[in-house]
Amino acid sequence: MMLGTTPGGGLLAFALALPVLAMLLAFVAGGRQAGRIALVALLAGLVLSLAIATSVLRGGDALVLILGGWAPPLGVALRADGISAVMLLTTSVVMVGTALFAFTSYSGRGGESRASLVFWTLLLGLWGAMNAVLLGNDLFNLYVALELLTFAAMPLVCLDGRAETLAAALRYLFFALLGSLLYLLGVALLYGAYGTLDIVLLSRLARADAPTLVAAALMTAGLLAKTALFPLHLWLPGAHAGAPAAASAVLSALVVKAPFFLVLRLWFGVMPELTTGPAPQILAGLGALAILFGSALALRQARLKLLVAYSTVAQIGYLFLMFPLAGAAGATLAGAWTGGMLQAVSHALAKAAMFLGAGLIAEALGHDRMRDLGGAARLLPMTVVAFGLGGLSLMGLPPSGGFVAKWLLLNAAIETQQWWWGLVLLSGGLLTGGYVFRVLSASMAGPAAAAVAVVSPGRQAVVLVLAILSVVLGLLPLASFGLVQVGRLAP
Amino acid sequence: MSGAWLLDGVLLLAVPAIALASLLSRRVLPALAAFVAYGLLLALVWMRLGAPDVALTEAAVGGGVTGVLLIGAAARLLMPAAAAPPGWPLRLLTALLCLGVTAGLAVAVLALPEPAPTLAPQAAEQLAATQLGNPVAGVLLAFRAIDTLLEAVVLVIAVIGIWGMAPDGAWGGRPGPVQPRLADGSVALLAMLLPPVGIVFGIYLAWVGADAPGGAFQGGSILAAMWILAWLAGLVRPPRIDSLALRLLVVAGPALFMLVGLAGFVVADGFMAYPAAWTKPVILLVEAALTLSIAVALCLLVAGWPMRRARA
Amino acid sequence: MSIASAYGLLGAVLVGLGLYGVVLQAEPLRRILAFNLLGGGIFLLFGVMARRGAGAGFSGDPVPQAIVITGIVVAFAATALAVHLLLRLQAARDEPVPPEEPRA
Repeated sequence: MMLGTTPGGGLLAFALALPVLAMLLAFVAGGRQAGRIALVALLAGLVLSLAIATSVLRGGDALVLILGGWAPPLGVALRADGISAVMLLTTSVVMVGTALFAFTSYSGRGGESRASLVFWTLLLGLWGAMNAVLLGNDLFNLYVALELLTFAAMPLVCLDGRAETLAAALRYLFFALLGSLLYLLGVALLYGAYGTLDIVLLSRLARADAPTLVAAALMTAGLLAKTALFPLHLWLPGAHAGAPAAASAVLSALVVKAPFFLVLRLWFGVMPELTTGPAPQILAGLGALAILFGSALALRQARLKLLVAYSTVAQIGYLFLMFPLAGAAGATLAGAWTGGMLQAVSHALAKAAMFLGAGLIAEALGHDRMRDLGGAARLLPMTVVAFGLGGLSLMGLPPSGGFVAKWLLLNAAIETQQWWWGLVLLSGGLLTGGYVFRVLSASMAGPAAAAVAVVSPGRQAVVLVLAILSVVLGLLPLASFGLVQVGRLAP
Repeated sequence: MSGAWLLDGVLLLAVPAIALASLLSRRVLPALAAFVAYGLLLALVWMRLGAPDVALTEAAVGGGVTGVLLIGAAARLLMPAAAAPPGWPLRLLTALLCLGVTAGLAVAVLALPEPAPTLAPQAAEQLAATQLGNPVAGVLLAFRAIDTLLEAVVLVIAVIGIWGMAPDGAWGGRPGPVQPRLADGSVALLAMLLPPVGIVFGIYLAWVGADAPGGAFQGGSILAAMWILAWLAGLVRPPRIDSLALRLLVVAGPALFMLVGLAGFVVADGFMAYPAAWTKPVILLVEAALTLSIAVALCLLVAGWPMRRARA
Repeated sequence: MSIASAYGLLGAVLVGLGLYGVVLQAEPLRRILAFNLLGGGIFLLFGVMARRGAGAGFSGDPVPQAIVITGIVVAFAATALAVHLLLRLQAARDEPVPPEEPRA
């Protein structure tokens, strides 16, 4: 059965057209209008992603759009299944929150400034690239989307122009480029072996022969470097901590998830035979090391933004626990799939809140040294509460989204008698609690600190809303997460 | 036939030798020279592999424009203090890793299925509907048009990213270092003689790509090369980055392509589809806009970020 | 061994050489060169797939050829970003960019 455009598939076209046209318009219109164009486009994008999610849920199957009427294998298709829809929605929510947060910082008042033009156009470009990764159904199309994402994200890291952030951006670029090239190498082998790059077609054709296995190894290695899984995480803390707060939020919440999303597509979509056998244990083992080392390093950081960045390194490890736990079909093991996606979504919301909150604290105090954080809680109570709520979700305390995610993964670990991953989950929660409490207790010490700059309550409210969302996710009934199961390519 | 085998044999030996020379050379300029030669040898390899469109792109972009970019950078980059070379354990480990990757690839290449799966027959079948004669153009502008569109967007983002590296005080200025007007010498001569010819050739290459080897990328890169030559000789100055005309030129290609794609919902079968009766004219229009934007973007990517504020 | 396979092995060798340079070259500009060597090897592999797929009157499968053309332009954009970032880093430090110490 060939892929054909499904009703509602046309919506997917706008998920690409809206960001691209908005970015090009913002580039031409200039710095002062760029922010307004971006905000309008992002709000429209939020509505669009809700429409796509509803359509996928109602239809019970993935949305497909054949581009130009040329069907795969010759042509390219876009495909939105349950996990695409969920991540599209998360992307839109985090982007809107970030845009509202950053609206006054990059207003471009007094003529176009470098930072305002670059920030808004690259934010829109980043959004378009995320959508392209989430909807892409063709492996080479996904390569171009990954490069688009890297090129849009890297200049945001060094937006302030300091030597330190420029060096971090260069290191980020090198790791990201190596990752993309290894991925592309695998794509070449897959094309040579199967004559198509369409994910759905490949899932039917894939065999476990030499070219396929070599390709899988290369592509996975490349994607792991891009998603900063231990031990290829060295580039992340400098890059995410060095970026301005709004960019850090998007980088940690969204950009670093895109390669993970593709590993999911590769392992569970194209080559499900990989998910049986020892390979998933290796991935999860690296994930466990990421949780251990990331959390331990976060505990030792002297600066708040670096602490949050190392927390990202740790939390990415949780995502890879999904691989041995969701590796087979079955109702209870569908729980691990849901748990992993829920971890991705709640981490995205919580981490965005934490980075934006850290940014506000740094603005108000004039610095982000952990040692001198005292009084921040009395100065910015909403923000510190938001930080705490985000931390709650990362720790996996009820009733947050993070709790439900880890509970589902724990359940799956027990059901499949892989109790060692359950141990990892529990100890990870303890370690996360360690560095979250470190921040909270540091900020609550002493009388209110002197404010260097005024932080508007509107921006604090945005941070709080993002944090509340990550907690409220856990209150939704489990059935509502059925969306993530839609359109899963069965082995 | 033996002539072809000889050429293949020479290439199979020369290419890795030149790559090795580039890697192992102790000084930067010889490494760069080897790299440019590598690009040109690769163009020959592409001809041997029956891919003239790729050969043109490799020669123009991979060898030519990349070479100019790297040599220009090497001239401006100060030599850092020589660092201690990495210790032999690390070198050995890396060498083993790379050997492993090469071996894995070799095994994979030799284990590829025979007969090779291919999309050539399907491309041949569907090419008539696109009214194009060049199958590669068919893939780039019709079958896999979304890749070309996203790739055009990549160029825009790269331009923005590079401009963003400018110091705040220089924002609004002209990109790149000041190129003094060269009074005489080979560069000045070439810069005066070549561009008129090159521009005509570039436009021709873009135009003819619909039915023969060539296309927007190849033509656009020739056009860019001509401007870059004139710029290096100090004959032209880049426009200010806040110039509306410049920004419109940069976005024209991808914007038009995306709008045509959306128009497909109304006048054709769907997103990125072409109206049946007007396929070739619309494709040529999109290709023209892309050629322009690609040429401008390549020039800007070589020129770089504004270094001084423009005079009012 | 067919000519396509021979060039395929060449591609594998170039990938190995490029990868070696990317990991070990301490000077950033030389590392960028190594990236381009690596890219050339990868594109060559695509070209081999195209040559193997020759048929229907074409000298090669047009799909991988088109992929390489797109890839060459994307690789150039990456090189440009890296090079200008390097120049900017030098300007910010006002001194030569020190080569990165490789992790032992």
